[in-house]
Amino acid sequence: MDRYLLIASTICFLAAVVHTVIELRKGVFRPIRFNFFAIGLGFIFQTGFLWIRGQELERCPITNLFEVFAFLAWSVALVYMLVGPVYRLSLMGAFTAPLVLLLQGFALIAPIDVRHPAQIAANSWLEFHASISLVAYGAFALACIAGVMYLLQERQLKTHQLHSIFYHLPPLTNLFAAITRLLWWGFALYTVGIVSGFFTGHPLPRIQVVAAIALWLLYAAILQARHLKWLAPRRVAALCIIGFSAALALLWGITFSAELHPVP
Amino acid sequence: MNLFCIGLSHHTANVKTLEQLAGNATAESVKRQAGCAEALLLTTCNRVEVYAVSDKRLSTDEIARCLVGRTNRDVHNYAPPLYRYDDHKCVQHLFRVASGLDSMVVGESEIFGQAKKAYESARTSGAVGPYLHRLFQRAFRVAKQVRTHTEIARGAVSVGSVAVELAQRIFGNLSECKVLMLGAGETSERTARALVSRGVTDLRVSNRSFDRACELAQAVGGRAVPFDEWAVQCREIDILLTSTASETPLLTPDKLAPMVRERLDRPLFIIDIAVPRDVDPGVNELEGVYLYDIDSIRSVAEQSLALRRQQVAAAEAIIANHVTEFVDSISRGLNRLSQAAKHPSLGENPLRASEL
Repeated sequence: MDRYLLIASTICFLAAVVHTVIELRKGVFRPIRFNFFAIGLGFIFQTGFLWIRGQELERCPITNLFEVFAFLAWSVALVYMLVGPVYRLSLMGAFTAPLVLLLQGFALIAPIDVRHPAQIAANSWLEFHASISLVAYGAFALACIAGVMYLLQERQLKTHQLHSIFYHLPPLTNLFAAITRLLWWGFALYTVGIVSGFFTGHPLPRIQVVAAIALWLLYAAILQARHLKWLAPRRVAALCIIGFSAALALLWGITFSAELHPVP
Repeated sequence: MNLFCIGLSHHTANVKTLEQLAGNATAESVKRQAGCAEALLLTTCNRVEVYAVSDKRLSTDEIARCLVGRTNRDVHNYAPPLYRYDDHKCVQHLFRVASGLDSMVVGESEIFGQAKKAYESARTSGAVGPYLHRLFQRAFRVAKQVRTHTEIARGAVSVGSVAVELAQRIFGNLSECKVLMLGAGETSERTARALVSRGVTDLRVSNRSFDRACELAQAVGGRAVPFDEWAVQCREIDILLTSTASETPLLTPDKLAPMVRERLDRPLFIIDIAVPRDVDPGVNELEGVYLYDIDSIRSVAEQSLALRRQQVAAAEAIIANHVTEFVDSISRGLNRLSQAAKHPSLGENPLRASEL
């Protein structure tokens, strides 16, 4: 049952992507209402999936890679629903939907929904650590999306080649403000996530700790460079994409190592 | 009932011919002189058109005589000849005109306001009845739909509007932007005015002649800055609008690079409309600097026009649907009219019966 909800959610995000592609092919780019409702509905189905899975497991549903990807996709949609309206909901939706589709599509297709043979005991600190970190990843994902939008807009302005999408993307200054705020939110949440990891009562694998701190340092460096105006906005936008790619790789590594060496 | 449109436009006549026909007649005078049931005169810098409804078919010459009016010239001296659209062709033509498809700059929105004004003027004078009322109301609806559902009005097509559009895509709200206008050309002044109309409040004007700078600053609502200070101003401003008569570039990458390093988080938008150029093209390679010279502005305008032209088919499809629907509704109305004529007891007003 829960899997069907995730499939329904994925179909909603697919519809948003298809709609955007069709509009682009027509040379018209007005995915405002449709994308909003499609993503909103997809978010409701995602929430339903996590709720049912959580009830079944009697804990936060992030016990395997499948659930982690679903939770991450939910976090991306959640952050988008929270910040999207401020920065041109429709356009960010057009860029968010493909990412969520990719995450959920992979989770559904890959054979990664492996249930643990024994019920994993609830650990509120561990669940808090994992869930808050994933929401932070959602903010980093949105910063990455805003970064892609920034680079796209910047490229068109530099080369003087303006396409239909140019007129629908937010101004560079607004995009950069969005990137900065999303980075700060993501960084704050991730800091809370890392700190809470030390209260789980279990020794964490050293490689996970080192990688998590390395990622934290990367985002801290980006924010510091932004604050001191050492980096041009274009480079900050590019670093957001690199940072989120690193975050995804780290997430993969952490989940795999957790599956190999489960916390008792 | 005969519905028709007779007129001249930029497609068929030059400005001189249009000038000769414009302003000689009013909707009311056309209605009275030609004996139409209803009439409306649409006069713009690119067209002079009469939309009318009459019980019997009126010839093009009869309407032309009304248009020529007091100039008292032979209408046949005006070449090319007037065009004429009857019935559904007239409906289609008006829908295309109101939507900006028949305009010189495809998709321009000024014609919509002009058509509304012409309608209001004719309505006030009593020249418009239920036929034209319904036709024009539908035309306005169609025009709005075309603008909403296609990209026909997207993009800027003049130097001033391209500059404003690009500035808005870089900075968003222009009210916080500081603009320096270097040189005092006419296009530059128009562009500055366009920026001010979009919210720019901090406008500085610099010119080799300080008196001319003061004069221009007063005209555009800015403040004059001595010419030897313009380089210092570049550290503060967001938009540089340059059009001096300098033979060599005033701004080079070497000169600008140190300033850019100091303002790494703030973009600099440079509009160089001088010929020869005031700004070395290499400046565009600097981080956060967006340089547009007259060629690139022209290229953007052409891209906008190309984008608009791509949308013509979609707009035509919307119009075709409305034409069919509108003509059907007229036919249904006329059928009711003929039935009412067979059964006078129904006592309907013919025009109300046609429910146009």
